Amino acid sequence: MSKQEQHWEKTRGLLFMTLAIWFVFSIGIFLFGAEMNEVGGPFGYPLTYWFTCQGSLGIFVILIFWFANRQEKIDEEFGFSERGDD
Amino acid sequence: MIKGNFIDNLPKVYGIYTGGFLAFIIIMSIAEQMGMTAKTIGICFVAFTVAIYAIIGYLSRTAQADAYYVAGRQVPTVFNGMATAADWMSGASFVAMAGGIYFKGYGYMALLVGWTGGYVLVASLLAPYLRKFGCYTVPDFIGTRYGGNLSRFMAVVVLTVASFTYVTAQINATGTIASVALDIPFQYAVYVGLISILLCSMLGGMRGVTWTQVAQYIVLIIAYLLPVFWISNKMGAGFFPHFMLADEVARIGELEQQYGFVKNAAADLKTVPKGLAGITKAHSAVNATPWAFISLALAMMMGTASLPHVMMRYFTTPSVKAARKSVGWSLFFIFLLYSSAPMLATLSKLSLIDPSLPTGIIGKSIAEVQAIDWYQNWNQANLMFVSDFNGNGTLELNEFFMGGKAVVLATPEIAGLPYVISGLVAAGGMAAAMSTADGLILAIANAISHDVYYKIIDPKAETAKRLVVARVLLVVIGFAGATIAALEIQGILGSVIWAFDFAMSGLFFPLVLGVWWKRANKEGAIAGMFLGLVSGAAYLIWVRSGGSGFLGITQLTFGIFGSAVSLVAMVVVSLMTQAPSAATQKMVDNVRVPAGKSVI
Repeated sequence: MSKQEQHWEKTRGLLFMTLAIWFVFSIGIFLFGAEMNEVGGPFGYPLTYWFTCQGSLGIFVILIFWFANRQEKIDEEFGFSERGDD
Repeated sequence: MIKGNFIDNLPKVYGIYTGGFLAFIIIMSIAEQMGMTAKTIGICFVAFTVAIYAIIGYLSRTAQADAYYVAGRQVPTVFNGMATAADWMSGASFVAMAGGIYFKGYGYMALLVGWTGGYVLVASLLAPYLRKFGCYTVPDFIGTRYGGNLSRFMAVVVLTVASFTYVTAQINATGTIASVALDIPFQYAVYVGLISILLCSMLGGMRGVTWTQVAQYIVLIIAYLLPVFWISNKMGAGFFPHFMLADEVARIGELEQQYGFVKNAAADLKTVPKGLAGITKAHSAVNATPWAFISLALAMMMGTASLPHVMMRYFTTPSVKAARKSVGWSLFFIFLLYSSAPMLATLSKLSLIDPSLPTGIIGKSIAEVQAIDWYQNWNQANLMFVSDFNGNGTLELNEFFMGGKAVVLATPEIAGLPYVISGLVAAGGMAAAMSTADGLILAIANAISHDVYYKIIDPKAETAKRLVVARVLLVVIGFAGATIAALEIQGILGSVIWAFDFAMSGLFFPLVLGVWWKRANKEGAIAGMFLGLVSGAAYLIWVRSGGSGFLGITQLTFGIFGSAVSLVAMVVVSLMTQAPSAATQKMVDNVRVPAGKSVI
């Protein structure tokens, strides 16, 4: 397998992991919205309500930064990262 | 004037700007104490901020294609994040979102999840790859990746349909705010709004829009957060509302139980002015089926990743790496406003319905409520209404009606904040609507000038001529949008949601598969864009004209149907026709690696 194919395989792996986490917090948990709302969440809000106000939104922010850092590591590993910018 | 040196000094420049704006707010509040009228304060706020944007737009003027189309590709990550957040958060987000949450609760909050979750798709599936590609516009990517003028032209069509649907709503919003703040009729105010919008973008294109959007973000976020924190503290609800409103949310639930949601007779409801609604849904309970929630969120997420005016912001970063990080910053800046909207809705609702608070009106006598100053003001503005349906002389929960905009516009006054805050909120709403309108008009004009005029009609055109065409188109599209906005056909939010559905119907899969599926070819992409857009539009027309729909797909989520058709058409047609050439496949390989020269 060429260096480029390996790089793409890892990139794709990271994509699937990112999309899996995205799926859980944008779709998965809302399948059980009614049940989850009976439970108390952070700061005392009902749990589902908290996810729609803050939880899912905040998790997406963290997820994107996490994804960006992981992808940079992958690019560096294969010598594909850009130099001298930002 | 704005070069190298300016980029290095950005934090300082915008730091001074923010300080200046805060000083302006303080000066205005002193002027209010000294007897300046509410109307003058409103005019000062709107005129002062718009003048600043116009100055930035003038200083950013340029005669270079690179600066005009992609701001010279030198916008740092954090500032591009702010610009994207302003580009993204429309007049609707600013003025109507808290109201939507107030009235519809959980079912509406799918929009919060959808309009943020979409950025995960932008960051992981598209933005870095399109940045590496090095295109000027989104159709530029489609046209080069798939080849041929027809694919490029189809992409321009989808972009124009989606963005134009969106932009009329934004021009409408600038007109509404300008007409209230400057006290002129709406039909003229629309054009005042339009001229303010064009002042930002005409001379500097993307460069002008970028630096005004950063300035507009600063105004709109201050205008949104300051009242929320102030109201929360004034009500004694907590000094940091986001973490401290659990008791208030629970209290609203108790009051809902106590009052009950009484259904009004149809004849009674007829007497309520158009556009006003009562509280009929639980505040924090789950009041929508899982599919209703998920389908709306999903449509908004896929639509986010297909809207060209957002995507093109990531063409302006210095590198692929910066494009990825910049998506994170964008969402962070959006999060600041979106996470505050439910808090404002909570504070607004409790302050009105809790009889133990001095501002609470439910349970008071109708005559008493009708004598309150702020009630009279907002009743006159056609945003509040009470009526004694059951004739007991007391105001019940089901006898109180309000317009969605009142949550943002009226709550500061109800809570007893000075009028200077209302002026600030008007400036914030104006900034939100203007920044989005600028991004959208520029996206359409750039696509037509670059992809249709330069790439298809006259590939030999010189830069100077191209930029003249781009500017003429900008004005023409702006006026077309304003003319339609002046007709006042739709409400602000309905047309905004449709834009997402149109964009995802036609563009989501052609964009994503262009990067992630090498086998995707020209024929497939054309079929995907054409059939996706047509089937989505057909579904919308069918449901609007009384059709029953299927699978619970409504007129707000028709993009789910359109994009499914688009995906199937694209895969089937691609596989039935020839694989893309070796050169195209190599181009895709090149896009997938961040290092090296851009593809175009």
